[in-house]
Amino acid sequence: MSDLTRLTAAELADKIHTGEVSAAETTQAHLDRIAAVDGDVHAFLHVDAEGALEAARTVDAAVAAGERPASPLAGVPLALKDVLTTKGVPTTCGSKTLEGWLPPYDATVTRRLREAGVPILGKTNMDEFAMGSSTENSAYGPTRNPWDLDRIPGGSGGGSSASLAAYEAPLAIGTDTGGSIRQPAAVTATVGVKPTYGGVSRYGLVAFSSSLDQAGPCGRTVLDAALLHEVIAGHDPMDATSVDAPVPAVVDAAREGARGDLSGVTVGVVREFSGEGYQGGVLRSFETAVAQLKELGAEVVEVSCPHFTYALPAYYLIAPSECSSNLARFDAMRYGLRVADDGSHSAEEVMSLTREEGFGAEVKRRVMLGTYALSSGYYDAYYGSAQKVRTLITRDFAAAFEQVDVLVSPTTPVTPFKLGEKVDDPLAMYLNDICSIPANLAGNAAMSVPSGLSDEDGLPVGLQIMAPALADDRLYRVGAAYEAARGPVLDKLGELEAAK
Amino acid sequence: MTTTVELMDYAEVVERYDPVLGLEVHVELSTNTKMFCGCPNSFGGDPNTHVCPVCLGMPGALPVVNGTAVESAIRIGLALNCDIAEWCRFARKNYFYPDMPKNFQTSQYDEPIAFDGHIDVVLDDGEVVRVDIERAHMEEDTGKSLHVGGATGRIHGAEHSLLDYNRAGVPLIEIVTKPITGMGERAPEVARAYVTALRDLLRAMDVSDVRMDQGSLRCDANVSLMPKGASEFGTRTETKNVNSLRSVERAVRHEMTRHAAILADGGSIKQETRHFQEADGTTAAGRTKETAEDYRYFPEPDLVPIAPTREWVEQLRGTIPEMPWERRKRIQDDWNLTDEELRDLVNTGAIDLVAATVDAGASQADARSWWVQYLNQQATSRDTELADVAITPAQVARVIELVGSGELTNKLARQVVDGVLDGEGDPDQVIEKRGLKVVSDDSALLAAVDEALAAQPDVADKIRGGKVQAAGAIVGAVMKATKGQADAARVRELILERVGA
Repeated sequence: MSDLTRLTAAELADKIHTGEVSAAETTQAHLDRIAAVDGDVHAFLHVDAEGALEAARTVDAAVAAGERPASPLAGVPLALKDVLTTKGVPTTCGSKTLEGWLPPYDATVTRRLREAGVPILGKTNMDEFAMGSSTENSAYGPTRNPWDLDRIPGGSGGGSSASLAAYEAPLAIGTDTGGSIRQPAAVTATVGVKPTYGGVSRYGLVAFSSSLDQAGPCGRTVLDAALLHEVIAGHDPMDATSVDAPVPAVVDAAREGARGDLSGVTVGVVREFSGEGYQGGVLRSFETAVAQLKELGAEVVEVSCPHFTYALPAYYLIAPSECSSNLARFDAMRYGLRVADDGSHSAEEVMSLTREEGFGAEVKRRVMLGTYALSSGYYDAYYGSAQKVRTLITRDFAAAFEQVDVLVSPTTPVTPFKLGEKVDDPLAMYLNDICSIPANLAGNAAMSVPSGLSDEDGLPVGLQIMAPALADDRLYRVGAAYEAARGPVLDKLGELEAAK
Repeated sequence: MTTTVELMDYAEVVERYDPVLGLEVHVELSTNTKMFCGCPNSFGGDPNTHVCPVCLGMPGALPVVNGTAVESAIRIGLALNCDIAEWCRFARKNYFYPDMPKNFQTSQYDEPIAFDGHIDVVLDDGEVVRVDIERAHMEEDTGKSLHVGGATGRIHGAEHSLLDYNRAGVPLIEIVTKPITGMGERAPEVARAYVTALRDLLRAMDVSDVRMDQGSLRCDANVSLMPKGASEFGTRTETKNVNSLRSVERAVRHEMTRHAAILADGGSIKQETRHFQEADGTTAAGRTKETAEDYRYFPEPDLVPIAPTREWVEQLRGTIPEMPWERRKRIQDDWNLTDEELRDLVNTGAIDLVAATVDAGASQADARSWWVQYLNQQATSRDTELADVAITPAQVARVIELVGSGELTNKLARQVVDGVLDGEGDPDQVIEKRGLKVVSDDSALLAAVDEALAAQPDVADKIRGGKVQAAGAIVGAVMKATKGQADAARVRELILERVGA
């Protein structure tokens, strides 16, 4: 393994901008690493070596000409979740229905990355249309957790988190609808942030659940995530739900936090996130983390958010409802898969047969759930009630944030399970997101930061930090302080070759 | 297989049944861009050239509301005396159809931007009927399917279909009436008058092309009958494909006679969509659905609510022009017109042209006379609409001015107008080119008079003898000699002067 792949994004940026190493060789080192390990990890669905190297060479030319870097991350390569469109580069969303589709346009996130001089190494694996917690719902086979190749890397953004943990990329983009950035971060001992809803444009993010989806930064350190956050965030006139407000100063907050002083910060521990379903190792890791926050000077109080208990069922009505409508466009008429187009079937039959063929079981399950929940006579009982729960959860957060600056919990109740272990038990799979879903329903900001390894199975555990909407900087301050106190976790992961 | 549909005689229909109408009018707004993206909103164009990721429903693309469309929607609502919502949303209407890119239509559902209004409709005989408006809401248009290979151009029987998404995402306002009851035999006329009033209003507001032939104004007519004196509405049918004002009236009338025949025979009306057939004025059943479509409406999560401030609404209220029918009333009063004169003005579509000609300096009587009579005849003989004839109100006013000052006779003036219509330039250029000035030079006229008197000495004698009316023959000869460019009255004076009568 090249040393370059071991460096943080901040370190790499520094070396590239001072001319100590080139962006091209940095990018090549990561491409080499992908070539060496991705056969085992399967973090990538598509590697765009030429596109990445070209972007890197542009940065190198600018550095050589003495120009200011296009951004603080110019030249630092990145892995992009395959749910964000890339002009002329395959975008499958982990689905057979989009196999071979070349988008005619860049997502706003993609465009901002290009403008920032960030070489895009390729597109990462995911549960089909971001529906899942293990990447096992990808039509192209699962990604494996670098900590243990027999275990899941989390989902839906398991490809992005695994690419970081396997040192294939120093930075990655994920999307988080119910925990798809945070849960993969937790189970791979990496950092993942779901920004405030509307903080990062959704234009070009292939929608699963429009009112919940949010793209966000993934990295191996809190500072790296912050640097990436500032590149991709900000108002976008192409997204009506994009927030027209200044981007919180998350990089400053991360640097401030790294000094290790949390005095004056009040941290709330959510009472409802413990008990049945939580592994002992996860709970003990969480208690240790809380103790460390106290040592950093934070005041810790327990708060109750009584409606969080209903977050999971509300989520599983709202998200499938929106997805049933969002995924209706995959009908074989304009792009993507088309089957049974043999002249003997009507357009309606072609649409239906294509959807039958193109969607996997979990996508079909959610489309059917959502279709049912929205149907006449059931709407009020299901979708309507779920929206009321959503309001109550938002109020719980508001009440809690009157007392505390941030809330903390385990990111996920369990450490990474084995591939295939829960694939036939959707409800068990859904419980992975029990702690992460409330932030999506309320539109808050939330982060998962590594909190060590479980004393039960030696596998990664994540600490979730939640902040009010538009106060993403608080996550970075607390996250960076905790990270500095706790010390690196990922370093405990030996060489991938040794782990095999 | 076609079965002959029995129709009831219309007089009997209205004797036995009360019709109930509900009219849904879709209006394409003439904004520069589409409802949710920056593509041009223009009629026609090569297929699939006015498209982008948003209006093609590409994965990941998102809508952004066109502010001008919202403004037009509010203005239309205000013009229809509606309340304007303080807060409203778009919803998704979910159903699969190949020409609808997202397989849902972004439309307003239970939170329309405008609601509870009315419009006063003037019937042909001047009677005013108030039509209550349920709502006016915003939505997007679909693309177009072209079914190839079938006999009828309909999907049934077609070999394949072509899709054109140029129209997908064009802003639409749907205006829905409350049930229109109590119109009796005048129901078909009311339907036509209502759509006419809407068309005139929207045209005056400059928010739409309102061309029924191009589909920028489309009317779906819901018709039901209930036995005379009943209060419970009968089962309705919805007739689509009604492409002209006249067709609105014909379609309603046809459905009334068809329903009545079925009901009188003890049958029941099937709730269905029917297609109007221009050729014979009948309607044909559309595809019947086994089950009612469940559109699974829910609030559009990709858009934020629309909350027009009261200040903005009031500002827009100030931009609503005088209602066309109110304006007509005012013009009738101002110009002191009889009902018949007003109707001629309205029926020939001359009202704006006359008003503009008056604004350009002409008297309303002269302006009216030119437009309603001569120019209307010219429009007919040239097979064009009066508004499209190739002369401007200012040019007509100039001709009227020249007649008034004696520089043109009425006969010459018509020749000048013909020249303008034939593209020879403005009136003064035509006069110049064709040499059409009145001969007002007395010496030239006197020469012609003397010549005519010399040619007809017996007539000259008669005049001298006191038979003044005999002068007509000499006048005619002089006019002929001057090719009509002389003022006949002046010629007459000169003749009498010359013979010393």
